[in-house]
Amino acid sequence: MAAPDGRRVRPYLATRGRTRPVQDIAIEALVSTTKDGRTHGADPEPERERILRLCHSPRSVAEVAAIVSMPLGVARVLVADLETEGLVRVADPHAAFAGSAEPARNLSVLERVRDGLRRL
Amino acid sequence: MAFVDSEVSGGTQADQDALSVKIVVAGGFGVGKTTFVGAVSEIEPLRTEALMTEASTSVDDLSMLPEKRTTTVAMDFGRITLADDLVLYLFGTPGQNRFWFMWDDITRGAIGAVVLVDTRRLADCFGAIDYVEQRGIPFVVALNAFNGVQEHDVEDVRDALQVGPEVPFVVTDARERESVKVVLVTLVEHAMSLIQQP
Ligand SMILES: Nc1nc2c(ncn2[C@@H]2O[C@H](COP(=O)(O)OP(=O)(O)OP(=O)(O)O)[C@@H](O)[C@H]2O)c(=O)[nH]1
Ligand SMILES: [Mg+2]
Repeated sequence: MAAPDGRRVRPYLATRGRTRPVQDIAIEALVSTTKDGRTHGADPEPERERILRLCHSPRSVAEVAAIVSMPLGVARVLVADLETEGLVRVADPHAAFAGSAEPARNLSVLERVRDGLRRL
Repeated sequence: MAFVDSEVSGGTQADQDALSVKIVVAGGFGVGKTTFVGAVSEIEPLRTEALMTEASTSVDDLSMLPEKRTTTVAMDFGRITLADDLVLYLFGTPGQNRFWFMWDDITRGAIGAVVLVDTRRLADCFGAIDYVEQRGIPFVVALNAFNGVQEHDVEDVRDALQVGPEVPFVVTDARERESVKVVLVTLVEHAMSLIQQP
């Protein structure tokens, strides 16, 4: 199947068993390679391999898309599949605050952001 | 700006998952959004693209686009590591305001928005202001000083934009790091005040 930009979109689009809809992953959600992902060996798919190496330091989904040069939607699909396979962790700021105020509406988070900005 | 685009540099190293938050930088075409982001970002602003076809339902005028399948919408963004476990992203909205589907992605869960205004082209920011007002997104209006804007012009602009007195207005220079910091702190404090006095 060919993506509009000519890039091949793999069967990932049909992958089952994801923990959540791909579009729900926040663009700022931090992706980090798990221990399994580090010891996974070179992935045959170059883009997956790049993501696994890139996210040894946590990176947002948006950064993954920009640095690996793929559209946001494709990055989300690849990240979601790597997560399902246990090779990356996705720290979604909204999911982390499930049940309480989301971080952007949490006073102590906002205080830390303000203080951090002042210290820059 | 000491970022090297290698695959392993940057980011945070905490064992626990860090928390990421974001602020939106909105405004009309060429108003200085990318400049604003770049003034405080620890990385050169990066560019992410989304394919138009990814969200065809919320796009208003696909019919005007001859080749919709190849259309991409770009947004620039930067990163500020505030602490080991706290990262702030700044997302600039696409220059062409009609790509609203991208705005939904950018604004969902955001602390708030900085609406950048060029006082010579006031109407260019109407779309952004309507968008954030309608969705209850906390925002501040930042007038770009490179147009010779003075503090005393602020209330005239507020009247022209028909924005209520509770919305902070600031004069800024998008190229100046300290000036951009002031705008961001003003926005965060405004968001805090909206929580404290709902
Ligand atoms: N003198 C001056 N020039 C500025 C300032 N801010 C932006 N510019 C210039 O204005 C032009 C547009 O700035 P950008 O930051 O690219 O604007 P933008 O809003 O990201 O533009 P689009 O993404 O195309 O909508 C650039 O040439 C900047 O160098 C400012 O505060 N002072
Ligand atoms: Mg720009």
